[in-house]
Amino acid sequence: MEQTTSALKVSEKDVVVPGEILAEGIEYLPGQGMYREGNNIIASRFGLVRLEGKVLKVLPLSGKYLPRRGDVIIALVEDVNISGWRVNTNSAYTAMLSLKDASGDFIRRGADLTQYFDIGDYIVTKIINVTSQNLVDLTMKGPGLRKLEGGRILKVAPSKVPRIIGKQGSMVSMVKKATGCNIIVGQNGIVWVKGINPEDELLTVETIKKIENESHVSGLTDKIKEFLESKGKVVEIPQLQEGGDHEEVE
Amino acid sequence: MTEEVRRHVINYLKHDLRYDGRKNLDYRPISVEVGLIKTAEGSAKVKMGDTEVIAGVKFEVGKPYPDIPEEGTMMVNAELLPMSNPLFESGPPGIQAIELARVVDRGIRESKAIDTKKLCIKPGEQVWTVVVDLIPLNDDGNLFDAAALAAMIAIKNAKFPKLEGEKIDYKHLTDKGLPIISEPISITVLKIGEHFIVDPLGTEESVLDSRLTVATKDDGTICALQKGGSQPLSLEDVEKMIDIATTKSKELRKYLR
Repeated sequence: MEQTTSALKVSEKDVVVPGEILAEGIEYLPGQGMYREGNNIIASRFGLVRLEGKVLKVLPLSGKYLPRRGDVIIALVEDVNISGWRVNTNSAYTAMLSLKDASGDFIRRGADLTQYFDIGDYIVTKIINVTSQNLVDLTMKGPGLRKLEGGRILKVAPSKVPRIIGKQGSMVSMVKKATGCNIIVGQNGIVWVKGINPEDELLTVETIKKIENESHVSGLTDKIKEFLESKGKVVEIPQLQEGGDHEEVE
Repeated sequence: MTEEVRRHVINYLKHDLRYDGRKNLDYRPISVEVGLIKTAEGSAKVKMGDTEVIAGVKFEVGKPYPDIPEEGTMMVNAELLPMSNPLFESGPPGIQAIELARVVDRGIRESKAIDTKKLCIKPGEQVWTVVVDLIPLNDDGNLFDAAALAAMIAIKNAKFPKLEGEKIDYKHLTDKGLPIISEPISITVLKIGEHFIVDPLGTEESVLDSRLTVATKDDGTICALQKGGSQPLSLEDVEKMIDIATTKSKELRKYLR
C-alpha cells in the first residue's frame, strides 16, 4: 500500500457536489454529509464546506429534511393506531408517537385516542430517537410541545431553517415582536404562524418567505428590519444573551 | 383540523383577504405560453400563480357518428398526474379527472366554439376528430379555469396537418387553423361560508362549501354551468355567482390570443 499523506482538497465555504473528494488520509474526520471510502473523504450532499478543527462538515444548500435526534419539529398526524399515532415528519420517513410519550395523563385501556390527537392535526413534537433503520420515535413531553390550534402552516426549505431562527432565535423573535404574531419554526421546515388579524399574519408570512429567499445575503437581520419598518412596524434587534427561547434554539 | 383551517380561511375572507394577500375577487397573475409542444398540432401552457396546466390539440381522421354524418367530432381528456398534487393517484382517471375533462368539454361544445360542419372531409365516411389533452403540471387550486383557458388557447392556435388520402402527415402542418365561431371563458366562483371568491388556492379549495363553474361566450351569454361541492346554493347565490363570473370573464378574455 502507498504511503498515506493527509491533505485537505477543499477550503472553507467551497461549494461541493456529491462524489467530490474533500480530503485524503486519516488526519481529517468526516462529519455530516460525507463518508469515508478507503483513504478518501467523499461528499454525499451538495453544499458548503465547513471546517471545525479536524472535523469536516457539509452544510446542505437544498434537500429534504433528515430526522435527527433532539430536533423539535412540526408534524402532521396521519393515522391513529391502538398504541399511538403515525405522524408525517415532512421527510422520507414517517414517525411513531407512542401512547407513553403522548401525554402525562393516565390514558385508560381502550380510550378514544382521537380526543388527544386526530388525523389532520399539526403537533409540535420532539424526536427522541432515530434508529439505524430510520424508524423515528417522537415525544410530546417537554416545554412547548403541544397540538397546534388555529393559525396557518407554511413550508420552507429545511436547509434555510437556521437562518429563519437566527442566532439564539434572534431573527424569529424580532419578527415576532414586530408583527405581534406567534411563530413556531420546526426543524423540518414547517412553520406555524398565528396572529391576531390576517394583515399581520400575511406580513409575517411574507417576511419569512423573504428570509428564505435571501438567506445567503450578509447583514440579513438589518435588511429584514428595514423591510418590516417600511411596512410601518416598530422593530428592535434583540440583544443576544445566554440561553434563550427553548422552542426555537437551533 | 380541516374545521380550523376553514375557520381561519373564513376569517381572512371577512377582511377581504386571501391566504396569498389578494382580494376575494382577484385572480392570481396569469401567464400564457403558446406552441411549446412540437409534436402536437396546437398547444398552450397557462400559469395561474403556482397552478400550471398544459393543453395539447391533436388531429385525427375518423368515421363520423351515424346521427351527424356531416360533422367532425371533438374530444377532451384530462389526466391528473401524481406529480402535480400528492393527493392524485396514477392509474385510470378518477372522478376529479373526468369532471375536469367534462367541464372543459362542455364549455367548448355548448358554446359551439368549433364549427364542426367544416371538419367534414367526406360526408358519412371521413371527418376530422379534434382531441384536446389536458395535463396539469402543478395543482394549487382552480384547475377548472386554468384548464379551460389553456384548452381554448390551444384550439385557437392549432393548425391542420397535411392530409394525403387516408394518411395524415403530422410532420407538415398547413396554415389552416380550426374554424372557430365563438370563444368561451370559464370562471369558477366558490362559496365558503357566506363569502364568494374566484381563483381559489389549494387550501381554499379544500374547505369549500360549493362551487359554480360558468362558461360565457364573447357576448356574455352563458353556455354551460357546473355545480360542485356538498352544500346547496340558493337562487340568489346562483345569480350573484353568475354576475361575478360574467364580470370576471371580461378580464380573462384578454388572454385569449
